[in-house]
Amino acid sequence: MSTTASAESGAGSTSTTGPRLTRITEHVVEIISDSGEGAQRCGQSFGAIAARSGHGIWTVEIIPAEIQPPSRSVAGASGNRVRLGSGRITNGGDAADLVVAFNEQVLLGRVRMNELRPGCTILLENMWRDHRDPGVVASYTETHDALVNAGYQVIEIPMERECRTIVRDARRGKNMFALGMLAAIYRFDLDLARDQVALTFRKKTRQLIEVNTRLLEAGYAWAQANLGFAYDMPATLTAEDQIVVNGNTALALGVVASGMEICAMYPITPATSASHYLSEIFAKVGGMVHQAEDEIAACTFAIGASYAGKCAVTITSGPGYSLKQEGIGLAVMGEIPLVVVNVQRGGPSTGQPTKVEQGDLMTTIFGSHGDAPKVVIAPSSIEDCFYSVIAARRIAETFNMVVVVLSDASLATAQQPFPRPRFDPAWLAPPIDQSQVPEGLAPYAWDATTGLARRFVPGQPGGMYTLTGLAHDPEAGIAYDPDSNAQGIQARSLKLAALQKSLITPTVVGEDSGELLVIGWGSTKGAIEEAAERVRAEGRRVSSLHLRFVNPLPGGLKEIMQRFEKVMTVEGNWSDDPDDALIDESNRRYSALATLLRSRYLIDVDSWSEVGGSPIKPGTVERAILNKLEQR
Amino acid sequence: MIERMANGHAPASAAESLLRLYDERVEIEGFQKAVPRWCAGCGDNAVLAALQRLLRDEGLRPEKTVFVSGIGCSSRLPHYMNTYGFHGIHGRALPVAEGVRLARPDLHVFVNTGDGDCFSIGAAHWIHAIRYNMKMVVMVHDNQIYGLTKKQASPTSPANTVSNTTPRGSRLEAMNPLTVTLGVQNVSFVAQAADWIPEVLYDIVQAAFHHDGLAFVRIIQRCPEWMPSLLDPWLHDPGRVQLLHHENALSISPSLKMLYRNTLEHDPSDIHRAREVASSIDPLPIGILYHDPSVPRHDQILRENVVHSAESVRRLLDAEFDKFAVGARAGSA
Repeated sequence: MSTTASAESGAGSTSTTGPRLTRITEHVVEIISDSGEGAQRCGQSFGAIAARSGHGIWTVEIIPAEIQPPSRSVAGASGNRVRLGSGRITNGGDAADLVVAFNEQVLLGRVRMNELRPGCTILLENMWRDHRDPGVVASYTETHDALVNAGYQVIEIPMERECRTIVRDARRGKNMFALGMLAAIYRFDLDLARDQVALTFRKKTRQLIEVNTRLLEAGYAWAQANLGFAYDMPATLTAEDQIVVNGNTALALGVVASGMEICAMYPITPATSASHYLSEIFAKVGGMVHQAEDEIAACTFAIGASYAGKCAVTITSGPGYSLKQEGIGLAVMGEIPLVVVNVQRGGPSTGQPTKVEQGDLMTTIFGSHGDAPKVVIAPSSIEDCFYSVIAARRIAETFNMVVVVLSDASLATAQQPFPRPRFDPAWLAPPIDQSQVPEGLAPYAWDATTGLARRFVPGQPGGMYTLTGLAHDPEAGIAYDPDSNAQGIQARSLKLAALQKSLITPTVVGEDSGELLVIGWGSTKGAIEEAAERVRAEGRRVSSLHLRFVNPLPGGLKEIMQRFEKVMTVEGNWSDDPDDALIDESNRRYSALATLLRSRYLIDVDSWSEVGGSPIKPGTVERAILNKLEQR
Repeated sequence: MIERMANGHAPASAAESLLRLYDERVEIEGFQKAVPRWCAGCGDNAVLAALQRLLRDEGLRPEKTVFVSGIGCSSRLPHYMNTYGFHGIHGRALPVAEGVRLARPDLHVFVNTGDGDCFSIGAAHWIHAIRYNMKMVVMVHDNQIYGLTKKQASPTSPANTVSNTTPRGSRLEAMNPLTVTLGVQNVSFVAQAADWIPEVLYDIVQAAFHHDGLAFVRIIQRCPEWMPSLLDPWLHDPGRVQLLHHENALSISPSLKMLYRNTLEHDPSDIHRAREVASSIDPLPIGILYHDPSVPRHDQILRENVVHSAESVRRLLDAEFDKFAVGARAGSA
């Protein structure tokens, strides 16, 4: 750290000897701007610098629904939330402690959504005070004054003016100035920040990197000279190598690491960035990304590749998943290994493309007509996104099943450091079997206990058969007789049971008995565990359990649930409010996982859920837990 | 033979390998499986016979050949062929076949689909398959009616077709799949065959098999069950069939010429002329309408000249992890 600031008294400062240093263990920082002003890049870079300084981080993208929403609009906030701390960070946290805003309107949007901690520090671009449009000036001063009156620490900063000493168009550059200020405020090493700028712009020209470095340095110097405060947040530099990526990048890296060579996809938010990144790197291992003409084609293309011996993946989100359902049923019926990634978004229909929701659990487990058993894995962290795909490919090929990796918009764009994976050749599939098929062996010689059958791959002499989506007998012959049909359905179902026997019972976080067990799945893990931890700190006996395999469910869950007085799921999907006038026990719709647990284990599992479109916050879960504890 | 060598059966000498190749040639019986359950007189039988003959003549190995189909009468064909087969879902034969093709350049890929399967429910895939131009033979068994679901009008049913969904006659003019196909960028091979002229049907599927790209073959065929008299005008009057011939396409045998006197010399490299010929229904053009072997194949464009291996995966992951590294190694990133 090279921060030995001797700041002159500037805006908001009362010190003359140096910045007022406040010791903190964690902070939530937001950088927000109009779309296209680079706040996201600033936030991502800030998160990376924090991580490289040895801090725990979790970043959340703040994305407007449109590519170019009108400038200076309340709904148009684009940027990043970075939660950073001395220890490990597992979620985006509650309200923001410090905000950098490029205009007062996007700031207002965040205030109205209760994303800011009352009284928090706001670094606000003040160019609007002198705007030629009196309406803008009025709006700015009005908002500014209102925020000050409400108790926020608003610091006006001439970012535009300062940047224009370096670049002509400050719209493209203000973000790096802001990054410099943040680096100074959190006392990050300037060299490390310079290094990150070079990395962020590695695909751009040398000249552009230089200009951005100068902007970074200017912001850093300005903050040191004019801001009278800084934060001292201890870091824990581990000897262990770590990487920082978002969930979609982790998924794509998982595809490479799983040994899959073919991805068929169709563009859809918020899944596409996984395919973008895969397209960038896949060719280096001979991998191919096929952008199909539609979701159905992407699914059936992957099925064709898998059938021919190369287990393939198709990556999509809710609406695309719905379209793939018939193809998924075909893969189930034909017992073709297939990996489907569903990065959930708000639904139904087009829903909320950029928003967070966990609404697809039921359709993923039960979707496709008829009885179509498939495996569903829900990653619960960025690291999990990586390993889930590797596990999915292996399970798909071991059991000749469809395996769905059920991520969501929260994991898709969130970044979190995790231990650098050590490549294991066992992650890859063995070479395609082209050996002679023993005479008399049938393509669906289902094992009576496990339902498993050896799959024949085109090219294998003696194995010629015609795969069909029709009901079939062990010889793959079309069979309409009741016995063959029952035998096939039973075999496909047994495979799920065979897999279930190999699953490990998840660990309870907290005591293994108590007042309340909170169960979650997918991206909510960090928030749930943090909330339960806070409640435990207040002396309540609350534990949590998180499911990674949502179909089949691992064994041992009933015994765990029975040791708690109350059980409740926390989910990002719909459940009826029991206090609503029309809702009673005979018609209440529970959240998806709660419904599954209730029906399977005959235990009175309650659910708390929200569909707010943002990652569920630990503070919100904490309140839900406290409410549940109060219930009689 | 090369394929067999790849499987570890190294031949002792060239002569021996040739002999072995001859020995291992699979006869037509070797490609036959179940007895077809198509109606008597159904055009699908003619297509099956032509294909089994083609596989024998070309010396294809059954295990190296895949027939992909969708849903419909024609899509039952893989069940009657002793090769690998994929009888999938309605309309999606083409994307499945593309997946097979991309995963396995060593396999021979054939697609059998129908007028409903290809031109209606699978229309999007048809257009894009033409555009991708991946190497495969695509045969559309076009009987101009939905047969398996018991007589509904298809996109190629002529106007006024009385069917169970058009009891007062269909109102729409029939789609012309040849002109549609010839309108798609990257089209590289288009032919039209008729089930009742087996000699030309065979010549066309053979030319299609040797085409380096997607060969689109529309086969006009009879449905004796639901449309028994539809094609009578052409069957009863060979003069209403126009056989296409060219030195760069098919030649017409003298015996065939005696029956079919209406012939047309057509250069298959001329797409404008091909579109003109394609737009005719009466006379019905039979032969190769268009052929351009120079159109790039998407299955080759997608394929990078990199061998997938544990080592290449390790190298790539290492490079990417370096890029995203924090902590101990971060400074060197």
